[in-house]
Amino acid sequence: MRGAAPVLLRGGTLVDPSSGLDERGDIFIRDGVIDGIGGNLGAPDSAEVIDCSGFIVAPGLIDVHCHLREPGREDVETIATGARAAAAGGFTAVCAMPNTDPVTDNQAAVGFIVRQAQRAGAARVHVIGAISVGQLGERLAEFGEMVAAGAVAVSDDGRPVVSAQLMRTALEYARTFRIPVIDHCEEPTLASGGAMNEGIVSARLGLKGIPSEAEEIMVIRDILLARRTGGHVHLAHMSTHGSVELIRWGKERGINVTAEVCPHHISLTEDRVLAYDTNAKMNPPLRTQKDVESLREAVKDGTIDMIATDHAPHHYDEKEREFADAPNGIVGLETALAVSITSLVEAGHIDCQTLVEKMSCAPARLFGLPGGTLKRGEPADITVFDPRGKWIVDPLQFVTKGRNSPYAGATLTGRAVCTIVGGQIVHRLTNQGEAIGSSRAGTR
Amino acid sequence: MTSALGKDLLGLEALTSDQIRLILDTAEPFKEISERAIKKVPALRGSTIVNLFFENSTRTRISFEFAEKRLSADTVNVSASGSSVSKGETLVDTARNLEAMRIDMVVIRHGASGAAQFLAERIESNVINAGDGTHEHPTQGLLDMLTLRDHLGDLAGRKICICGDVLHSRVARSNIWGLKKLGAEVAVCGPRSLLPNAIEEFGVIVFERIEEAIEWADALNVLRLQLERMTAGYIPSSREYNRVFGISRERLARAGRNVLILHPGPMNRGVEIDSDVADGPQSVILNQVTNGVAVRMAVLYLLAGGRPELAEAAKGGGR
Repeated sequence: MRGAAPVLLRGGTLVDPSSGLDERGDIFIRDGVIDGIGGNLGAPDSAEVIDCSGFIVAPGLIDVHCHLREPGREDVETIATGARAAAAGGFTAVCAMPNTDPVTDNQAAVGFIVRQAQRAGAARVHVIGAISVGQLGERLAEFGEMVAAGAVAVSDDGRPVVSAQLMRTALEYARTFRIPVIDHCEEPTLASGGAMNEGIVSARLGLKGIPSEAEEIMVIRDILLARRTGGHVHLAHMSTHGSVELIRWGKERGINVTAEVCPHHISLTEDRVLAYDTNAKMNPPLRTQKDVESLREAVKDGTIDMIATDHAPHHYDEKEREFADAPNGIVGLETALAVSITSLVEAGHIDCQTLVEKMSCAPARLFGLPGGTLKRGEPADITVFDPRGKWIVDPLQFVTKGRNSPYAGATLTGRAVCTIVGGQIVHRLTNQGEAIGSSRAGTR
Repeated sequence: MTSALGKDLLGLEALTSDQIRLILDTAEPFKEISERAIKKVPALRGSTIVNLFFENSTRTRISFEFAEKRLSADTVNVSASGSSVSKGETLVDTARNLEAMRIDMVVIRHGASGAAQFLAERIESNVINAGDGTHEHPTQGLLDMLTLRDHLGDLAGRKICICGDVLHSRVARSNIWGLKKLGAEVAVCGPRSLLPNAIEEFGVIVFERIEEAIEWADALNVLRLQLERMTAGYIPSSREYNRVFGISRERLARAGRNVLILHPGPMNRGVEIDSDVADGPQSVILNQVTNGVAVRMAVLYLLAGGRPELAEAAKGGGR
């Protein structure tokens, strides 16, 4: 691999809550690491200089929850296309869920994803291993060997851990390896056959609903098991007001629980399903305005630790069908930053410091991942984004193979301008073929 | 030409009260055609209509077919079994293939809620929803309203209670929307396990006991209790259902007034309705079936762009 040219990020607003940075300044990157942070840094003539004025320069965004579909469904996404889509969305690292085919439930399967990600050379891809063999909810997978091969967490995401005993054991066993156990909270008998949130909209449309309690019953079960075991439970894609209250209850008691929310659950409601739009179908489903407001407040007050995409590409043909039969999930890597800025920052709920905390620092800190900080000597995983620029979402322009987005045609605020992974520029936003912020060193 | 109803009839929730009245009024002159020796007028001569039934249906399919034939349309019946659908063809491909044969209308019955709208958004032909999942069954709602109107006159202020499995009933939803738009007071009565959790948000009264509903109502629309609801665990047994919620002569007699009885069929005699009620003087169940043909003729006629004021003339010579 050729060595990357030095890069100077000039004149951006440096935002990094992990090191207390919130000021205008430059960052100089050499040999893959952050070599200098400060005002008016010089750079050799060989350096690529990126004019960041008006932009935020932040530690690279990290998504702890996405589905890259490889192995098994390379027709809808590969690790390479997913990693490039992540980079285009401003993510320097993502965590791939193990519900692949075959399931990522052993060290060889973990190693395959690690190698594919290295070949892709875009965003870093961390691996989440399965909790149970085949995600069948019966026997524990080999956490130790998967961690040795590169796994950073375990989850049976896509399906809940139905057995409370298995969840208890997983939380206990995971302690040795200091990894979080991620649960997809869904009580299966209550949620069975459900296609959307249960409420007036499901009643009007004649679609079977999934009540909030299907999520909340598992949320409180997991919190109680984390209390019993001392294990770290991480609750994926929280979607209800009740879940927020339960997590708050757990955190107030010092229980080792963390939680994520997806951009769609803080921006859209069940009303989006009214035309039977399968691009508004995901699990957990879009809920009510009250839930949206509660989740936004929870991001602000720290009850929700981080924002994660639950990026779930599906083939056009699979979504182009009767609502109840269409698969759950939407793509999110390339809209997450903009939806978060639009729904949280622009709407006045949080500032850019908190945004960076939720999308970079917290995922790194709580999952024990590299990155999430702008410090001299650290690997240069950096995202430069425009917090004010508006753009219209056109799924045909996505880098992901998925086109299943409920934001098609929406005008959003904020966009990744440049994504740098280990000192390599893996994404530049262009305007009519011209990279934004382009200029060469030696001109100053 | 855009019809007075738009391109499709997908449900009553989206219609205005004027559009509903227009359909009911248009059905009036069509009633008489079915009473003639020669039950045929040329209003839809040259039109091709496909009856696309993905679920089994006897009454609704035959009713549509009579309506189409009495308006002189050419009709084709497609059922899911034995067609390309059973070979895995998608709904959208089935529809596009039919349309490639140059048809004018599709009448669709499908087990998935939203299937009619899905189809309507993807083909040029007029689409009539003949029941989609647990969403709507608009022509059933319309024929119920036409029957109620025949017996009660103007429905404004009239009290109609829908009894039974509202949760899984497309008939219930179409009735609720349609009746409310015509100014009727609407109630539902059934075990809470068979009512949508958010039922009050429809703006209906909820009776938990059938005796209270009978006491209140001018008419009861008694829904079919599908037997698979027992195996799915919504209620313990049909025997107990009959004891607690069944419409019996004794219960009706206690109201001390003439409560009209409707049922969309097919009936489970001795479960949701006793035979002496179904066959009794208060029952208008067969009137509903007769009106079904007239209402469907009206819907077909209007969607084809037929002018309401010419419906009377259409039944004569089709000018």
